[in-house]
Formats: sequence, structure tokens, C-alpha cells
Amino acid sequence: MTAIISIKGLEKTYADGFEALKGVDLDIHEGEILALLGPNGAGKTTLISTVCGLVTPSAGQISVGGHDIASEFRAARSLIGLVPQEITIEPFEKVINTVRFSRGLFGKRRDDAHIEKVLRSLSLWEKRNNRNQELSGGMKRRVLIAKALSHEPRVLFLDEPTAGVDVTLRREMWELVRQLRADGVIIILTTHYIEEAEEMADRIGVIDHGRLLLVEEKQKLLHQLGRKELLLELAEPLDEVPGSLAEYDLELSDDRLHLTYEFDAHAERTGMTRLMGAISEAGLSLKDLSTRQSSLEDVFLKLVQDGRATAEEGAE
Amino acid sequence: MNWQAIFSIYRYEMNRTFRTIAQSIVSPVLSTVLYFVVFGSAIGQRIDTVEGIDYGAFIVPGLVMLTLLQQSVTNASFGIYFPKFIGTIYELLSAPLSFIEIVIGYVGAAASKALMIAAIILITSTFFVDLQIAHPFWMLAFLVLTAVSFALLGFIIGIWAGNFEQLQLIPLLVITPLVFLGGAFYSVSMLPPGWQTVTQFNPVLYLISGFRWSFFGVADVPVGISIAAICVFLAICIAVIWAIFRTGWRIKP
Ligand SMILES: Nc1ncnc2c1ncn2[C@@H]1O[C@H](COP(=O)(O)OP(=O)(O)OP(=O)(O)O)[C@@H](O)[C@H]1O
Ligand SMILES: [Mg+2]
Repeated sequence: MTAIISIKGLEKTYADGFEALKGVDLDIHEGEILALLGPNGAGKTTLISTVCGLVTPSAGQISVGGHDIASEFRAARSLIGLVPQEITIEPFEKVINTVRFSRGLFGKRRDDAHIEKVLRSLSLWEKRNNRNQELSGGMKRRVLIAKALSHEPRVLFLDEPTAGVDVTLRREMWELVRQLRADGVIIILTTHYIEEAEEMADRIGVIDHGRLLLVEEKQKLLHQLGRKELLLELAEPLDEVPGSLAEYDLELSDDRLHLTYEFDAHAERTGMTRLMGAISEAGLSLKDLSTRQSSLEDVFLKLVQDGRATAEEGAE
Repeated sequence: MNWQAIFSIYRYEMNRTFRTIAQSIVSPVLSTVLYFVVFGSAIGQRIDTVEGIDYGAFIVPGLVMLTLLQQSVTNASFGIYFPKFIGTIYELLSAPLSFIEIVIGYVGAAASKALMIAAIILITSTFFVDLQIAHPFWMLAFLVLTAVSFALLGFIIGIWAGNFEQLQLIPLLVITPLVFLGGAFYSVSMLPPGWQTVTQFNPVLYLISGFRWSFFGVADVPVGISIAAICVFLAICIAVIWAIFRTGWRIKP
């Protein structure tokens, strides 16, 4: 697979000395949707802004479509559409004029047919002659997307496209993103919602404290790191886990009626059969049992926690 | 060169002007009329002529310059400050543009608007006084050069300003006093000798003097020096803007 965007050794230290990016390497491929997942302040916006030319990198190289973003900035930037995290829009201008303006900035001739197509696909056509300030928050966000799509970018950056967007609109947004991908647009989105990454992305990157902790195909990620839990519901409350079951690391719930056993679903031996034997030997009777696949959320939290632990060790 | 982008910025900015056309034009015209009433009629009755020129006509170039300087600085500073303030500047920075296109678009629009208003004032003044223009080409050249160089200054102020107070600070605190002290309403030769020397350091003096020369053929300072002064000022502004965009000062973290 060819990389449309290649980021090497990217570092960003802001003027106040804060290190927002600490050496990020990332390749973004043709035809994919990449989700960047990370908590507040992880460096997602900084990463995107650096690629788009809003933030000057402190070190490292970035190329877009083979063009270096510094020395060949025109060629590099003309491939990119950016939808910023904050709603930033000129309040007094008409919707259609702001969208046309964006197209013009990218050096493209006025093309009313294309603008109409974009506005219709975002359900903004009826509002085209309204001033931006007369739109709702969700509509304004869609105007920002329309602006980014007005110049037919090859790569689209969506910085938290669904923050503050209602459930219906979020679904519509996801649908739009899929449609764009089908049209050959490469999409990089950032999100706090694991559900969103899980729903949309082909690959997921997890970022925290300026470090890319992992980039992996979503399916592989779920598969590799997928932990399963076996939940045992007891017939009678239990005061403590019997000593004979110590090796299984069982966790007793607060109501003393549930035991949880964690295992790796892909391991050769899950230990489940032996556990069941040991349970009946210990004389416990079960009322019910169920298993639960750990979600991407657990994976994510674990990564971030591990990442922070490693960083702390490194700091010591 | 991304001409399409320059044209887009220019048109977008001019649209913004035309949206508020009434207030853009009414207020300068009104203040011009006031200046004529106060300076032209009230004071003019006592002064009669300056260097052989009817006082009412004598103040026209100064009045036009006053408005031109204020308008080009405020239009340009506001024009670039506004996107910075509301955040839409992200679009300019992420577009395939060099600073040259951004500056031509914004400064061009600001200078155009200032020139339009200067023209309106010039026309308004013909209702009050008889005007003869001795060197029309040089008059136009002075107008355009001044509008462009002060729009560049305004652009720098707009990038520098961190809030609306700072945005208004320089036009109010620097430009207006310099124009008043630069011989807008009197000839420098009317000042006491000590003040005449001080005035030599006022750059606006050279503008007004040169501009007045293009009307009446008389000047406080040689016209060549006036032209050289504007060109030097223009070059300084261009160099500063070039440095701003090179370093990303106040626009790129
Ligand atoms: N201009 C700036 N000057 C100094 N520090 C900054 C600047 N911009 C961002 N930072 C810092 O860099 C870090 C990363 O910020 P960034 O906006 O990239 O986070 P993020 O991952 O997008 O967070 P969120 O999910 O909240 O949007 C934060 O600690 C932030 O305070
Ligand atoms: Mg962010």
C-alpha cells in the first residue's frame, strides 16, 4: 500500500515549552479511514494542524502525496481539506458565499454544480442563502465540512466531526464519511468516542501525551487485544473466594453473588475447563454464567494506562 | 501565483464593504462637510489665502489624506484581524497560498475601499470650493502609493493586535495626530522655526506636501523627497510583513 501522507519523527514544542508531540511516525494509506483516538490534550489537533500548515513543526518531516509540506507547500496543501475542531465561521456571510470562497482560496474556478452537490449532500441546500449566524450549531459544523469539500480534496481531516452533534446527525455524518471514502477520499478523523472509531475506521491510532501508542487495523486490534470475561452468578452469597481458587485471580463482586474470571480468548488454553472443575470441587453452585468480549474501550484505556506507566518509569 | 485566490479574497472583502456601504460612506462624507464648515468657512474667513491659494481649497488635499490614511489603516487592520479573531484564518493558512497572495488580496481590498472614499470626498469638496489639479498623474500616484503603503501598515497592526483596543490604538493615537501636525490644515511655513524643525520628522508631512503639490504646484518640501519617503515607507512595510510570515509571528504557533 502506498502512503499518501507520511509523517516522520514529528515533534512539536510550543512557545511556552510544552511538548505536544514527542516524535510521531505515521503513514496514512490510500483509501483508508484512520481514526485518531486519544483523551483531551493528547495532541490530536496539534498533529492535524501541523500536517495542514497551521502549526510549525519543531522537528521531523511530513509529506503529502509525495510533496514536502514546507518546500512544496502548494502541491501538498492543495490535496488537503480540513474541518477544524472549533466552529469557526464568518457570521455575517451567506452560506453559499463562504463555501465558494473556500474553493477560490484553493485556486479552483467557480463551479456552481459542484457546490450545489456538496451542499445538497450535507442537507444545506435549503439554507444556502441564509447567513451563517442564522444556522444551528450542527448546521454550522456541516458548513465547515462543505467548505473543506468545496475544493475536492484527496485527503480530508475531520477534527472531532461529531462533537456536539445529535444522534441522528452523527449517523448521517458517518454515512457521509463512508460515501466519501467510496468516492476515493482518504479520511483522518479524531474522536473521543471509541464507538465512533469502532464504527468508522479501518485503522485506529491511539495517541496520548504526544506519543502515538499504537496504530493498528481495527479488526486486528480487536482480535489481538480482545480479552474475554467469564461472569459466574452464584446461587448463594460468598464471603470470600475459596483458597483453592486463588490461582484463577477471581474477582468477587460487592453483592458477593458474582465472580469474574478474565481470560485471553485466543490463547491455546483458556483455563475455563479446569476452573469449572475447581469450582464444583470447592462446592460452589452456579445459577448462571455468561461471557463478555472486552470492547475497544477497555483496550484503549489499558493502552493509555500502560503508556502513562511506561512514561513515568522512563521519567524516573 | 494563485490568482484565483487573490481574486477570491479581494471580492470577499469588497463584498463585506458593500454590505455596510451606508456607514462606510456616510460617516467620512459627513465629517468632510463638518471640516469644511469649521475650517473652510469659520477659520477661512480670517485666513483668506495660504501661499496664494484660497484657504478652502488649500485644506482639501490634507482632508483627503487624513481620510485616506485612516481608512486604509483601519480597513486593512480590521480585514485581517477579524479572521484571526473569529478563527477563520485557519482557512488562509491551510490553503495553497503564500503570504504574497494573502497580502495582495487583503491590502488590495483595503486600499481600494480607502481610495473610493477618498474619491467621494474629493468630489464632495468640489461643492464647496473651486479645485484645479495641476498634475493629475502625480495626484493619482500619491493617492495609490499612500493607500497601499498605509494599508500594509494596517495589515501589520491587524496581525499584531491582540484585542480590539490595540486595533484602534495606532490609528487613533498615531495616525490622526501625525496628520494634524503634518500640515493638513496649514502650511508648515506658518509655524514658528523650532516647530518647523520638529515637523521635519513627521513622515506624514511629506505625503501631504507632495499631494498638495500635485494640486497647486506648491509644496512644503521638495516633491522628490516626498516620493522617496513614500517608497521607503512602502519598502519597510513589505519587509516587515515578509518577516512576519516567515516566522509565523502571531499567526502560527
Ligand atoms: N498554542 C499552544 N500553545 C501552548 N500549548 C498548546 C497550544 N496548543 C495546544 N497546546 C497544548 O498541547 C497539548 C495538545 O493539545 P491538542 O489541542 O493537540 O490536544 P487534543 O488531543 O486535540 O485534545 P482535545 O481532545 O481536547 O481536542 C495540550 O496540552 C495543549 O494545552
Ligand atoms: Mg483537539
